[in-house]
Amino acid sequence: MNLFKIAWKYLTFRPLSTGLNVFLLALGLAIITVLLLVQDQFEKKMNQDAAGIDLVVGAKGSPLQLILSSVYHIDFPTGNIPMDEAQRLSRNRLVKNVIPLALGDNYQGFRIVGTNHDYLTLYGVELEEGAAWEEPFEVVLGSEVAKKSGLTLGSEFSGSHGISVGSHDHDQHNFVVKGILFPRGNVVDRLVLTSIESVWYTHDEEGGEEEADEEGVVHEDEEAHHDHFHHPVAKTGFPQTDEEREVTTLLVQYRSPMAAVQLPRMINSGTSMQAASPSFEISRLFELLGIGITLLEGIGFILIGVSGLGIFIALYNSLKERKYDLAILRALGASSMQLVILVFLEGILLTFLGAVVGIGLGHSFLAFLISKGDPMMTSSLEPWIFLKQELWIVAYALGVGIVASAIPAWSAYQTSIAKQLTKA
Amino acid sequence: MLLQAKSLSFAHPGQRTIHFPDFDLDSGQSLLILGNSGSGKTTLLNLLGGLLSPDSGEVVLDGVKINDLKGQKLDLFRGKNIGIVFQKPHLLAALNVRENLELAHFFGKKEGQKTIELLRELGIADKAKSSVRALSEGEAQRVSIARALANAPKLILADEPTSSLDDSNTEKVIRLLQTQASKIGAALIIVTHDQRVKQHIPNFIEVKAS
Repeated sequence: MNLFKIAWKYLTFRPLSTGLNVFLLALGLAIITVLLLVQDQFEKKMNQDAAGIDLVVGAKGSPLQLILSSVYHIDFPTGNIPMDEAQRLSRNRLVKNVIPLALGDNYQGFRIVGTNHDYLTLYGVELEEGAAWEEPFEVVLGSEVAKKSGLTLGSEFSGSHGISVGSHDHDQHNFVVKGILFPRGNVVDRLVLTSIESVWYTHDEEGGEEEADEEGVVHEDEEAHHDHFHHPVAKTGFPQTDEEREVTTLLVQYRSPMAAVQLPRMINSGTSMQAASPSFEISRLFELLGIGITLLEGIGFILIGVSGLGIFIALYNSLKERKYDLAILRALGASSMQLVILVFLEGILLTFLGAVVGIGLGHSFLAFLISKGDPMMTSSLEPWIFLKQELWIVAYALGVGIVASAIPAWSAYQTSIAKQLTKA
Repeated sequence: MLLQAKSLSFAHPGQRTIHFPDFDLDSGQSLLILGNSGSGKTTLLNLLGGLLSPDSGEVVLDGVKINDLKGQKLDLFRGKNIGIVFQKPHLLAALNVRENLELAHFFGKKEGQKTIELLRELGIADKAKSSVRALSEGEAQRVSIARALANAPKLILADEPTSSLDDSNTEKVIRLLQTQASKIGAALIIVTHDQRVKQHIPNFIEVKAS
């Protein structure tokens, strides 16, 4: 027998009241845990994925959409831009480097990104096996794509048009897996990377087939295509072509800070393209989400406050019948200090339980969200990472417990044994 | 001499001072404190148990002046040396029978008597794991006696222990208190106005509100 055990017995003696208080507290703490985790991981991931990209240039439309589609590969692309205009921009003296992207296809919901080898360098990814693409239709898989799809080196697959599952398949020419990347915990894990040429030719074939049906020149056309299928692709910069081609977006690195002032204005007003800064758009996005987060946080704190009140009332109410118990304990040799500790222990035990359940609930809820959510949106979140701030949640909960038990503890301290036991 | 009470007096706030008769008691002896309701019998019991501090006089138990002890020391001394049986059992409902007895060991910081054997002697060994709510009144009273005896105290104080019991239970309880007291060599003091008790314990003092 010890104080801890006595406190525990008292708690389990009133399972409903204890359960309700623990649950209320846990709910409030769970909300705050989820917010902490999501905020922390989202911001980290968002910043990590946008690192090294100063500006994104693409077709006119919503700048946020442009960023989301070409940096995070979440939203739909705003459209395509003519390659000659893009190339002109890349020769601007304010521009250090340009990585062109050709988007628009997917494999089982994983986006196929046509780009050059600079993209691999930008994210610092390394190949786990195989090599980078050299020819059209050769692809490199992000680690998660490889894991989820079960594709291995040499596997062939065909992409689907559009960026979500269920669109029609490009079945004319299959992609071949040439390499698989090490997991990096960033957006690249969930991408299928290939050359811009691959994306072009995939779509050319569609056109070619239709042409062939109409005009009956299948043979020559096919041969011509298949001929350049085996030319090496561009490893850096733009692909070589005589035709009028398009790309989807450009990831731009500035040469000097000056560029941040001049370049976006120049692009937005002087060309048919638009420029958007990832850092600016993301902070705007967080500002928009901020209202919702603040609201949820408020609800979380209100729940914690209510549960604190509930604990206080539960302890205080039970004190009338408890006063006999406390007096008996005194008669058995307990000091007033031990009774104070007993009441505090009960409050602290209750809130500690709430904190543990709350944190568990928060993580489980996040795991549930991730398992049900869109993989492109949520798979970068890790539900079982524990943050230092969660210790603050526990400390905060214990604080609530201490405050809630302060008055009951004081009245326990003042219990007069003789009065309590003889007035019965 | 195990217990001595000398010129004790006490005044409840706003009431007249009560002067209590002197007495002393050896180990193994029993004493009844008789008196009409409101005469201050229970007050005397509280003074003897160190639950109240007298305005004058002293209580000496086994050479220790109880009223010189303060706070935590007094609580611990009481836990170790004085077992109190209250008018109502006042068992802790959150704990089972056995745990109620173990409370005395924990707070008295004493190993005391073996719980199960004590319960067996009191005829309630089979209730050791029962909830105290499942006990009959007589059983509950016996558990509260067991709790008072758990630390093998030198002084057993009982406040109207038989007031809510029938004749046969009254006899059992008094017998039990007497045999236990003589077994552990404790002095037994019973506060009562119950005539049935007098048949068993001839030695008494009377408290009169004068």
